[in-house]
Parts: sequence; C-alpha cells; structure tokens
Amino acid sequence: MRRFRKNSALAAASLAVFLIVTGCHHKQAAVPEPPPPPPESAPAPTATITASPESFNPGQGVVLTWHTTDATDVAIDGIGKVEPSGTKTVNPTATTTYHLTARGDGGSTDATATVTLNAAPPAPPAPQQLTEADFEQNVKPIFFDYDSYSIRPDAQATITQDASFLQAHPNAKILIAGYCDSRGSEEYNLALGQNRANAAKTALTQAGVDASRIRTISYGKEKQFCTEQNESCWQQNRRSQFTLDQ
Amino acid sequence: MRNLPRFVGKRSTDCLFAVILAATTMANAQDWVHTGTNLGAQKIRLAAADFKAVGTDPAVTTAQQTFNQVLYSDLSNAGIFDMVSKSLAPTGTPGSPAEINLAQWSAPPANAAMVAFGAINVQGGRDIVFGWLFDTKNTQSPQVLGQQYNEADTPDTPRHIAHEFADAIISRLGGGINGIAESKIFYVSDRSGKKEIWEMDYDGANQHQITHLGQIALSPRISPDGGRLAFNELSSKGSNIRIFSMSLNRLVTFPVHDGTDFSPAWSPDGNNLAFSSSRTGDPEIWMSSASGFNLRRITAFRGPDVSPVFNPKTGNQIAWISGRTGLPQVYIMDSDGTAIQRMTDGGYATSPSWSPNGQFLAYAWSRHYGPGAPGGQDIYVMDIASHRWIQLTHDIGRTDFPSWSPDGRHIVFQRTTHGHSEIWTMLADGSQQHALTKTGNGRMPNWSWK
Repeated sequence: MRRFRKNSALAAASLAVFLIVTGCHHKQAAVPEPPPPPPESAPAPTATITASPESFNPGQGVVLTWHTTDATDVAIDGIGKVEPSGTKTVNPTATTTYHLTARGDGGSTDATATVTLNAAPPAPPAPQQLTEADFEQNVKPIFFDYDSYSIRPDAQATITQDASFLQAHPNAKILIAGYCDSRGSEEYNLALGQNRANAAKTALTQAGVDASRIRTISYGKEKQFCTEQNESCWQQNRRSQFTLDQ
Repeated sequence: MRNLPRFVGKRSTDCLFAVILAATTMANAQDWVHTGTNLGAQKIRLAAADFKAVGTDPAVTTAQQTFNQVLYSDLSNAGIFDMVSKSLAPTGTPGSPAEINLAQWSAPPANAAMVAFGAINVQGGRDIVFGWLFDTKNTQSPQVLGQQYNEADTPDTPRHIAHEFADAIISRLGGGINGIAESKIFYVSDRSGKKEIWEMDYDGANQHQITHLGQIALSPRISPDGGRLAFNELSSKGSNIRIFSMSLNRLVTFPVHDGTDFSPAWSPDGNNLAFSSSRTGDPEIWMSSASGFNLRRITAFRGPDVSPVFNPKTGNQIAWISGRTGLPQVYIMDSDGTAIQRMTDGGYATSPSWSPNGQFLAYAWSRHYGPGAPGGQDIYVMDIASHRWIQLTHDIGRTDFPSWSPDGRHIVFQRTTHGHSEIWTMLADGSQQHALTKTGNGRMPNWSWK
C-alpha cells in the first residue's frame, strides 16, 4: 500500500517533468528562430539509474528510476527502449543487474543498478497462510479434573502459550469444543462439556484474545479421543480442544 | 420377531432370571410404594385361549398365529395379570360362548378366574375378530366383555386388533387405566452408522429410523399428542433443538440460536418446550413456546442445569438436574423457577422422568460415588411427597434414562454393559426386565404420552 502510493507520487512527478519538457519543445517550435548551427561537438550523454529497494523479498516489486541528459536513445537491457528519464516497477525473481545505455550525438554512457534477492523470507507468515495443522501444533488442548470445569494450573500455562499464538494470528477464528470422559450420563455431560468450553473461552479472553473470535460447542461424551476404561484414557477425554473455525 | 424382545439369548436367560428374582424380592421387601396402578395388588389369574381360525381364506392361519402371540404377550406385559401359561391351558380353541366350557378353565391346573377367547376370520380383504372375556366363576352371566373388530387386512392388522382387544381387557380389569399396547418408544440408535432417532412399538416390534441427518441426534422427546418429535442435533455448527413432524415426515422450522441448546421437554398441554441452553454462558433451563418464541430463562445459578421434565399431571412443576453444588442432583421447582427443592441427598443423580400420575420421579443414580465406591448407576423411583425411594435395577451394568409408560406401570431404560447399550423395559416395581433392542447401540428411550 505504502509502496503503491510512492509509485503514484513518482509517476505524477515524472509526468510533470515530461509536460514541462514537451511544453518547452512546443514553445520552441512555435516561435520562429534562425536555424541553429549544426553541433560541432555535442556533449556526451550522462546517465544514472537507481533501484528501490536494493534488496527485495520474493514476490515483491522493485522501482527503477533513471535520469539521462543529452541522450536520444535510452534503453534498459531486458526492458527495451525507454523514455530519457522515468520510473518503472519491475518484478525480478532473482538477483538482477539492470543495465541502462544512453546514446546521444556525443557518444554513449552506461549506468547499472543491482537488486539483490533476500535469502530468507520474513519471519511471520501472513495470517491467511495459517493451516489447521499449524493451528493444532501451536494451540494445545487443556485438560480437566473429573466432573470439573475449573482451569487447572497446568492448563493455565497452556492457555498462556495458546493465547500468544492466537494474538500473533489475529485473523484466525477459534472453535472450542468441550469433551467429557465416558463415565456419567450423556445429557449431563453435554452441559459439563459446555462449561469446559466456556471456561477455556473465558481463560483465553482474560489472556487477551478477543471474545468475538471464539465459538464454543460441547460434544459431551459423544466423541471420544480414547476408548479404554482407565484413568489415563479418561483424562485424555476430559478436555477443551481448540480448532481453526473456518 | 415379535417374541425376540422376550428372550435375550440362552446364555443370558439364567442370569436374567436371577436378576428378576433379586429385583422382585427387593421390590416386595419395600412394598410401601403404592403406585396407584394395581401393580402391588393381587394379580388376577387370566387365561388367553388361542383364538379359533374360521373361514376358508388361507391367509387366516398366519393372521391367527400373529394374533394369538401378540394378545398373550400384551396381557403378560401388562403387569396386572397372573397369566395361565399355554401349556396349562385346556386343549381346544373355543370360537364362541357356545363352544367354551368354563369349568375346564376354572379347574386346576389352569385355575383361571378370567378367560379371553374368540375367533378370527379373513374374508373379502378384511380381518374380522370376535373376542370375549368371561368370568369363569360366574356361570349365570359370565360375560365381562364382548368385542367385534372388522378392519382392512394388512400385514399389521392382526397385530393391531390384538393390541386393541388386549387394551380393552386391561382397561376393564385394571381399574380403568388404558393399556399401552399401541404406545410407541422413541430412542437413539447407531444402527445406520450415525446416531439417529428411531421409533418402535412398546414391545420392541417395528423398529424403524425416523431421522436421517448424518450428524449426532440425541434426546428424543415426543409431543403429548404424538405429532411432533423434539430432539437435539449436535454437529460442528453447534447444538440445537430440532422439531420433526411425524405427520409431514420431515423437520419443521424451529429457531436456531447462538450457544448450545439441548435436552428438550414438552409441557403436557404441548404449548411449551423447556430445554437447557448456554446462550448466556452457563447452561441454564429455558422455556419457549412450542414454535421456539417467547424465550425466558427459568434458572439462574452457576453450574450445569440440564434434563428438564414437566410434571405431566399438572404442568406447573419441572424436575431437572443441576450441578450447582458439585455432582449432579435431582431438583424440582415451579415452572416459573420458584420453590426450588433438592430431591436427592448425594451421589450422582441424572435423567429424571416424572410419572403420569404426578406422584413419582424415576431417575438414574450412583448413590455412593467416587473411586472404589460400591454399587453402580441404577434406576430408582422416588415418592415426591415423602422423598422415599426404592432401587429398581441391581447389578445389571449401568442403567440410565428411565421413561414412564403412559399407564405408569412400566419404565423403559438404557442398559449399558461393556460399552454396549440396549433399550430395556420393566414394570415400575423393577420386575419383568427384558430387552427391546438387540442391534446396534440403543440409547435415551422416551415413551409416548398415550
């Protein structure tokens, strides 16, 4: 966005320059003058070219700005013939040297600008690139005691980590599902699972995650992560599970 | 098929007898419970003679067999008769009052006080049944009932007429309380691969799938008039109350709200639904009109509130389950949320069902709860006025979701052993326990209101 605005400004500036230059030419043409003497020794052209930025990330555009004087024929390798002065956005895919040649009556001059491809992409991936697998790897479930929906100290630590990941991905919506172990009654466990989901939502909200991003549901004992009848299995099932809410 | 529910396989039969014996002994020892439904009264010794097949249509043989099986089964299931077993009955099939010898039936080994008999005919595409009920000791005017049925012949007609005749006998001899032979049971089954709502006859016959949603369908509750089925659909989109029209055979509109809604209950006039909702966070009991409008919250206390059921006699009280003090307990309140009363004094109590006469609550209870505690989760019945209770199931696995029959003499329930659930039924004193389903997992039964 910022780059785009800069482009517009540059484009507007170059347009103004162009108008002034052509305007002068027009005026000169309109006023009859004695024919100029043929140039005996024309000055040599000057040329500069710069690239901004000088190093770029994949997919990022680069703006070339060049300026020449006393040139009649200006070309950039790989782009072709260009105006004597101007700007252009290019999309290189690798480190590239842009070579400008300005030819005039007084000879020719070269100028170059090199843009370098950054080796590593920037650290935080864009939010839309967050996958369910990424989400599950980073947002861990929390576990509960029997017939309880209180957040345990170990769950609070998990919540803190979960919340920091979620705050780094502010566009991700979150579905919290409450689960219960296979003991007890189906309908009561739906209510208990709902309270577990609600407790997890409250904890995330208190850790700074916006409540409007969170939806809750209870699966009670209708879906089980583990089906054996022992405490380690029951503990697996007493949880609030976080998933990316599409 | 029709006999299947009565036999649960040879291996488990002995075990079942032991259970029935234990349950009966226990119930007798605590016979202070007077259900007002003749269950505790001395049972009438009743014989059901095989009905006589008359006419020339070959279809009559099948019709006769079905009719005789169903009539005997209905009268046995009623719980108010001491049935004369077929092996003790006199031979012969008296088809009319002129053909019966009452002395044969009143004499040993039958010793019948009453005898039902009659004739069945298939003629011109119609099933025609004449049925009588005679008092064997009243030789002057023995007729107690004389019924005639004439209905279009379908595969289900003999069964249907047997239900009607059985209900007429039960009503006459059972203190005017209507029989339940034509009542239905709704339940959750995973036979199709998904948890869907199914329906069956009271004796386990005609099991068929009602919903085809492909999600998780739970907590079926049939409306008092039998026209609408409320239930809970659970999916990743949420948990919502859904209404299925039995006459239109499809879902009808019911508003979907944010938050989790589940465990619906019909008011006895069919005008209101109570259910558990977490739309304000904590699951509370809410009420709405039958079409889902005029929402109001009934309970307001931290902790899960779930499984409401109306007093079917008055409609102005609700029993439900609350975890406000820790483990879930049974509570009752007025339907405006006042006059809250805790009913159970500890343990883990769930799934209340209110008896049709308004006197009793059936519920599931683990009285001693916790690691290593004795006993399991069983069905109990509590007298609401006195808070006294009896235990109906003993050591048959985890039992849950009791639901009263419309006559108040039976309770259907969920029995879970080794992770597998079936629908079972029993008399309200805990006797005559037997399975109704045997395929897939059957859960959360709900008996129709009539």
